[in-house]
Amino acid sequence: MTALTSSTPDRRKNRAVRALRRLPLQIAIAFLLVIVVYPLVWMLLGSFKQQSEFLTEPFWSIPREWSFDNYVSAFVEGGLGRYMLNSVLAVVPSLTLVLVLGMAAAFALEVMVWKGRGPILLLFLAGIMIPAQMLLLPLFTIYFRLHLTGTLWPLIITYTALGLPLTVFLMATYLRAIPREIFEAATIDGAGVFRIFGLIAVPLVRNGLFTVGLVQFFFFWNDLLISLTFTNSDRLRTVQVGLLNFTGQYGAIDYGPMFAGISVNVVGTLLIYLFLNQQVMRGLASGAVKG
Amino acid sequence: MQKVLGDKRAILILLGPALLVYTAVMLVPIFWSAGYTLFDGNLVRGFEFVGIDNYVEFFQDKTALEAVFFSLRFSVVETVLQVAVGYALALLYVFGLRRASSLVRTVVFFPVILPTVAVALLFRRFFEAAPTTGPVNSFLEILHIPGIDWLGQADSSFWVIVLMELWRSMGFYAVLLYAGLLDIPDDIIESARLDGASGWRLVRSIIVPLSLPVLLSAIIFSINGTLKVFDTVVALTNGGPGTATTPLTLYMFRTSFGYGEFGYGSTVALMLAILCLLVTIFIFRSSRRDVTKG
Repeated sequence: MTALTSSTPDRRKNRAVRALRRLPLQIAIAFLLVIVVYPLVWMLLGSFKQQSEFLTEPFWSIPREWSFDNYVSAFVEGGLGRYMLNSVLAVVPSLTLVLVLGMAAAFALEVMVWKGRGPILLLFLAGIMIPAQMLLLPLFTIYFRLHLTGTLWPLIITYTALGLPLTVFLMATYLRAIPREIFEAATIDGAGVFRIFGLIAVPLVRNGLFTVGLVQFFFFWNDLLISLTFTNSDRLRTVQVGLLNFTGQYGAIDYGPMFAGISVNVVGTLLIYLFLNQQVMRGLASGAVKG
Repeated sequence: MQKVLGDKRAILILLGPALLVYTAVMLVPIFWSAGYTLFDGNLVRGFEFVGIDNYVEFFQDKTALEAVFFSLRFSVVETVLQVAVGYALALLYVFGLRRASSLVRTVVFFPVILPTVAVALLFRRFFEAAPTTGPVNSFLEILHIPGIDWLGQADSSFWVIVLMELWRSMGFYAVLLYAGLLDIPDDIIESARLDGASGWRLVRSIIVPLSLPVLLSAIIFSINGTLKVFDTVVALTNGGPGTATTPLTLYMFRTSFGYGEFGYGSTVALMLAILCLLVTIFIFRSSRRDVTKG
């Protein structure tokens, strides 16, 4: 409004004032970004340092040489490779199972018409509130009796079950957004339930499935409680339990390899996040009910 | 049509497996675990019926009550910080950065998806006093303040845990509350601006009241999440020094798998579940009262 009447020097002064007023804001944002990013930079630098550099050099020092020795020793002596393999072997089947079972259940509860589907959906929802601690002891007993301890099956079964409530709930929400006419038209055209499920419902909620899968992946991969409870030997340890015991292995802390181990774990998730960050954020925010 | 989508056999095939797994691994164990609370023993020793002895023991067990107190204190402090910082960030995204917020949001969210164990090990080094001096203590030394053995004392350990949880989760609460702020219609804010409200007053009188529902759900998520804190504590302090930073979750884990007390461990787990439920109900109730008042 004032721009019409004000002369050019005035306008320039205005811009300067505005820039000055935004300065505290920009400092705050820079501070915020440093707080988030600096620990990670420090971690990456640490993964290239040698033991003596940790003990004698100040924390801001740059590694003397850029060698991947720490990474090699984390994998070879630290057994990081074995731990990561275990995590993959536990997470991939769990993820597949939870998506297949959860999607099928959500379809039966949301698209199909029958009495009692409301209460059963609520029953699944109730599972979101339960603290996992309530389940550990009975599950431990069950797995012990079934002679499943000493395998990765306890992890796969527990992850699948713990992931089901959120998966069913979110997939039901995605299915609700599809116009019912599509399913009704398909039945009139003579399609059976399984054709509708496989050729219409699944393709239509493909993005939703992907988002839910991503969220569950992070829950499973980052889990400590379940894997700590059900992996009783070094051979079965997942990457999180393995990292936790990284310090104890040599008596004294071997900083370099430990930083390398942390870095591998962090950079792995970072790469997934860099490519899919919008979907990760949206997914985790909608999965917040998990608490 | 009804016949196709109401096919009982198809429902059974689609829903059956999920319901079976869910029932066997989640529903049955809840009752099983509740049953364990009346027994003493474990898989090797066998079980002996003891009635309500476990509950009596719980309320006389000093360590257990300390764990309850720690859980509650941590949960309250952390919830206040998570929601306050998250809200401040959300306001910053909406009003400070406007359309340019995408990059900042993405970066600040990043710690949320990092493995907790990795972050905790990193923070342990960050606050280390010996044998190496971590960045925090080095920084203090530059300011000529003597370094602190952060994880060697109960009080400072508590705050390191609080800080790490905040670092890890503030981006999450920021995005959650940011979505809530975006839902506020632009014309309401615009008309408040025309009426002369700006800055702090706009936030306090218009934005906060309108985002109360999403704030409330953020508080409930936060309370439930922080009462269940486990990974962070195990990897950062392992409950120490002594049992000074042991939440109920870790105490349950210790009694069950460290000492093999399945009955007592189940009692602690049940108490944790009840605590989560009570706190959630309490918040729901108190928020409803406030709404009718205002």
